[in-house]
Amino acid sequence: MPILALRGISKRFDSHQALDDVSLSIEPGEVVAIIGRSGSGKSTLLRCINGLERPDRGTIEFDGEVFAPTPPRLRALRRHMGIVFQSYNLFPHLSVERNITLGLTAAKGMTAPAAHAVAVKVLQMVDLEDKIKSYPLQLSGGQQQRVAIARALAMEPRLVLFDEVTAALDPELIGEVIRVLDRLAREGMTMVLVTHEMGFATRSARTIIFMHQGRIWEQGPPAQLFGAPRTAELASFINSILPVAPAQNRAQPHSSPIGST
Amino acid sequence: MGRSFGFDELLYLLLAIPSTLLLSLGAMIGGGILGLMIAVMRISPYRPLRWFTTGYIELFQGTPVLMQLFVVYYGLAVLFNLQVAPWPAVLLAFTLYSGAFLGEIWRGSIQAIPRPQWEAAECLTLTYPKQLWYVILPQAARISIPPTVGFAVQLIKSTSIASIIGFVELTRAGQLMTNTTFKPMIVYPIVAALYFMLCWPLSLLAQQLERRIDANLGAKRHF
Repeated sequence: MPILALRGISKRFDSHQALDDVSLSIEPGEVVAIIGRSGSGKSTLLRCINGLERPDRGTIEFDGEVFAPTPPRLRALRRHMGIVFQSYNLFPHLSVERNITLGLTAAKGMTAPAAHAVAVKVLQMVDLEDKIKSYPLQLSGGQQQRVAIARALAMEPRLVLFDEVTAALDPELIGEVIRVLDRLAREGMTMVLVTHEMGFATRSARTIIFMHQGRIWEQGPPAQLFGAPRTAELASFINSILPVAPAQNRAQPHSSPIGST
Repeated sequence: MGRSFGFDELLYLLLAIPSTLLLSLGAMIGGGILGLMIAVMRISPYRPLRWFTTGYIELFQGTPVLMQLFVVYYGLAVLFNLQVAPWPAVLLAFTLYSGAFLGEIWRGSIQAIPRPQWEAAECLTLTYPKQLWYVILPQAARISIPPTVGFAVQLIKSTSIASIIGFVELTRAGQLMTNTTFKPMIVYPIVAALYFMLCWPLSLLAQQLERRIDANLGAKRHF
């Protein structure tokens, strides 16, 4: 039985059809990477899944329950569904520990010592147990994003959504976050990621979803989508994100190191 | 012709300072409670609450505080046959007035907190009041400290208007001393200096807090 089932989700922003009849089903333990150009509806789809955007049409079934968009039902939905944002969205006035324990004590009714134990545990999972007393703005972007992941994991989610979580990071900080994602995938966490990290998608995702014009344009395992795209749109998208050929290759015909002649 | 301005007269002015301070403090506390409620209602999802509080703020920001004082003092007496003593009347009038201004200052501070902070709190399954209490208000409070202290300075000076209905505070004490000594050019500069001594430290505090908040953000920006 799927843990998440979307049926006929549509969402319109003024004149822009962000999502057009999207249906999707995700099995427990599945890692799904959503790719596509900006404006293709990837982030809107993710935000619809946990109710940050309210779809105009369609139903969302999570864990066998259909969720209406009322505040109490949305809280029930999110109780087992974490989300990590592109810009971390940590609370700057709270310590790393309090960022993680706030939802546990203020929403789940956990005692402070129990919440502290959870904070220690999830910070170990992202290798940041020594930063428990720090404040978010004292950390690097990569560390902040790992704290944000730990905060999502602390709620013991059955599904975690990741919205371009490496897109705001400096290139040298992306690796530490990707390593955490790889580890979570290996440990069997159910994850839906909007991502541009094709290495991660190929390595860790079971399913790739290519979105175009608010629709699921192609869907399948990484080898199939990246190796043999069926549509011109996907082929052109893959080409556009391939690394540019190294400069030395292009420059080679002209280069003649001094002294070699 | 009249008494000379001596130590007793100066003492009379000094003894009026507590009235000015108590009125300001009372209006800040009452207005603070009222202002917080107004700020929260002003950003509420419920439209009638927003309309009501917007109307309240427009009314009290768009009319002179002197008129508000008259309406409270004479209006209650005329409309409800309720004779209010000067002290509760001025406290009520300045509380209503402060509530409107503080409500608007704090509304702006709350709305300066980026939308994703609300979303992050919402996704941790906090209810709306808890999102406000744990995540939004503590951050908004920091932003609002300098303008709030700035308003307190304005308020101290505005309380001089309470002298009109016979409430004896610093300005009214100055008038009384002028009437007995006929030396306005001695009395009023002293009164002004006393106001300055009350307001100047607060202005300094506001500047320092502003600098400290800027410095904190600056120091945190680079890592």
